[in-house]
Amino acid sequence: MRRGFNFPGLAFLQGLVGLALFVWVWHLIVASGAVPRAFLPSPEATWNAFVRGVTIGDMREQLLGTVLRMINGWLLASLVGIALGSAIGISETLRNYLRPTLAFARALPASAVVPVAIALVGLTPGMVLGVIVFGSIWPTLLATVQGFAMVDPRLVEVSRALHLSRFDFIWKIGLPNAVPDIITGMRLSLTVALILAIVGEMLAGQEGLGKAILLAARMFRAPDLYAGIVLLGLVGLVSSYGLLLVERRVARWRR
Amino acid sequence: MSGWRGLIVPVVLLLLGEAAFRVFGYVGDTLAPPSAIFRGFAEAIGDGTMVTTTLQTFATVLGGTVIGAAFGLVVGCALGFWNLLYRFTYITIECLRPIPSVALLPLSLMIFGFGYKMEIAIVGFATAWPFLILTYSAISQVEPRLLEVAKVFGFGPVGTAWKLVLPAAAPRLMTALRLCIGIALVVAVTSEIVSNPQGLGHELMIAQETLRPHRMLAYLVLVGLIGWGLNNLLLWLQTRMFRHRGEVDTEVAA
Repeated sequence: MRRGFNFPGLAFLQGLVGLALFVWVWHLIVASGAVPRAFLPSPEATWNAFVRGVTIGDMREQLLGTVLRMINGWLLASLVGIALGSAIGISETLRNYLRPTLAFARALPASAVVPVAIALVGLTPGMVLGVIVFGSIWPTLLATVQGFAMVDPRLVEVSRALHLSRFDFIWKIGLPNAVPDIITGMRLSLTVALILAIVGEMLAGQEGLGKAILLAARMFRAPDLYAGIVLLGLVGLVSSYGLLLVERRVARWRR
Repeated sequence: MSGWRGLIVPVVLLLLGEAAFRVFGYVGDTLAPPSAIFRGFAEAIGDGTMVTTTLQTFATVLGGTVIGAAFGLVVGCALGFWNLLYRFTYITIECLRPIPSVALLPLSLMIFGFGYKMEIAIVGFATAWPFLILTYSAISQVEPRLLEVAKVFGFGPVGTAWKLVLPAAAPRLMTALRLCIGIALVVAVTSEIVSNPQGLGHELMIAQETLRPHRMLAYLVLVGLIGWGLNNLLLWLQTRMFRHRGEVDTEVAA
């Protein structure tokens, strides 16, 4: 019975029906007038605002601005995070010296750095990029350290017997072994990068969806606000699922 | 333990910072030497603002986490018990979950105005998801035979949740709580920095805008210490509570 019955397909269909029900209930709530339209616009109004924003409005530029800001900061954070993480990962001494400093820096909410960054650099795109890098570096950095710690001790012995240099050890043994951990870390980093990109836009007035939804709320244009939130949700969904797919593929390839 | 070695780096950094200010004689409105930061601490504690704003942020973190956790637990249990409900809602949940919590800031501000409500709402949104997901996964991994036992005894969903599932899921829920307190602090401080005029984040922003770097950096250090302290406290609690089960994910940082 199981074989002829395409269960994942059915589950997906049920999920979609559930989503349709959700939107329908949303529509009913708005239509009933129980919630002021200023706070909760109907799904149709949100969709119209979305279409208008993408076709004649500047939603496409705003989306591009936010996504580019997020990806640039994330790539930079990933590069620096992997490099620093490798250096810390191969050296027990370095780990002992840096442990409390790293624990403190990681526990610091990245947005708390924004006022300091504003004081130092001013309200510039560079400031926003710096904050994104600072905030989103930790998951990747710590995951790289973790990945290096998990390297099979026998491989470490082999590399010693072969007299591999530190760089060769990182490049040929450490990093390939740490790839699954690193990708998991990078997925978490990307989420943080998106949040900080939005915060940066809101605070520094950089052109993007973050600034757009702030302005929409100030002018009580609820449909535009919801369209922006939905679009930001989509950015989060697509980016985290994309990396989840990469993660699964890497996990399969390693087995 | 090699604890003392970990202290070298921060101490050297502090001394270097102090020395740099003394040598170059820098006086400005963007940075301050460590000695001035200590003064900033004393000042902010002395005039009472540091205690008030810390309590404001704590209240938000606590209120938001309680609401988020309650929602996550109830919905997570419901999804775990009724598979059909899970199948009809998982896509909707997966669509709502990735919405960045800061994207809801303007909406929450529009609905609630300034104050505790708007911040607690966002913190609640951000903390509900980890609880929901971890509760659900904890339930789906409860030994099926235990659930059969519950059926034989006629426990019903609430009884099963209370007597079987929660004890079995407790270690994982403690992990969820630790994660969520961290998230809650980040979200609370962020919304205070971006818009809500209360708490530590707002105080940081005010210190920057009024060009008092020693005070700003004192608050920055305080926020970091709170985040670090809360995480360590919960980690310690977690090890104490569940050590006998050997189910603690120690997740040693670096």
